[in-house]
Amino acid sequence: MKKNLLLLAIVVLLAIIPLFIQKGADFEGADGEAEAAIGEIDANYEPWFESLWEPPSGEIESLLFALQAAIGAGFIGYFIGLMRGKHKEG
Amino acid sequence: MKFSGWKLSYFLLAFLFVPDRAFAMHIMEGYLPIEWAIFWWVLSIPFIILGLRSIRKTIDENPETKMILGLSGAFAFVLSALKIPSVTGSCSHPTGVGLGTVLFGPLVMSVIGTIVLLFQSLLLAHGGLTTLGANAFSMAIAGPIIAYYVFHGSQKMGLSFSIAVFLAAMLGDLGTYIVTSVQLALAFPSEVGGFMASFTKFASIFAFTQIPLAVSEGILTVIVMNFLKKYNVSELKALRVFSAKEAH
Repeated sequence: MKKNLLLLAIVVLLAIIPLFIQKGADFEGADGEAEAAIGEIDANYEPWFESLWEPPSGEIESLLFALQAAIGAGFIGYFIGLMRGKHKEG
Repeated sequence: MKFSGWKLSYFLLAFLFVPDRAFAMHIMEGYLPIEWAIFWWVLSIPFIILGLRSIRKTIDENPETKMILGLSGAFAFVLSALKIPSVTGSCSHPTGVGLGTVLFGPLVMSVIGTIVLLFQSLLLAHGGLTTLGANAFSMAIAGPIIAYYVFHGSQKMGLSFSIAVFLAAMLGDLGTYIVTSVQLALAFPSEVGGFMASFTKFASIFAFTQIPLAVSEGILTVIVMNFLKKYNVSELKALRVFSAKEAH
């Protein structure tokens, strides 16, 4: 278990370190940059299809992302609890 | 102590990676010319059909692994929602398909990964329907295939189980974004320098950003696998995850 915590600490550090070594950066999505790159290569390209529905605001979008993570994390938590419980009984 | 360790990990994870800004790491809706959009759809569909069959077969043969299949899906769901800052000063997210690939093989993940992408394109305007074929090919098909061969190659080379899992998840993640770069470069070859010039450009955006995230995904996959190794050995054996040497 100690080993897992150590591994987790590495993951946490990997996410935090960039915030310090890239202080001025705006940390946008890599896809926004790809969009810009497409514009540089082919300035005339027009996206020919729009998303059917877009979250009306950044808040609602982050709500949905949080929901996605929460559903997944909830299941993982349930799984861990269930397996540990079974293990103890057995 | 053991229990609080897991609880702590769970909260740390939930706390640290609260998703923040809305940007897609997949190819955006409408951003692939129609002929390429169709091309990748056509290429992806057979894998998804084979994947559905593979899921049915897995559940028929080993019904006790259903929960672990759910876990693989949940893992991909969480990881692809976490947009994590990277050393390049931009954000991207892991794919989370390496875990399920090691457990169930690449075909099963072609279905699970596509479901995740469909969810994101419909509800989050993240990726898109026209580009779903291409995004499914990179994240749900190519990534898992790379992870699968890396895992089995590493086991053949005699590397430890954990290292094999780590390398598989990491390189599958990285491979996904290299394939994305190839897809964009094929659709948008540069006027000067053609495919290679475009590929270098897209790869420098996607793949470099992805390197630390791929390492994170590798580590997180190992953590989950450590848990499974402790509590679900019989299922792992039923799925033939261990190499002959390790399955004692």
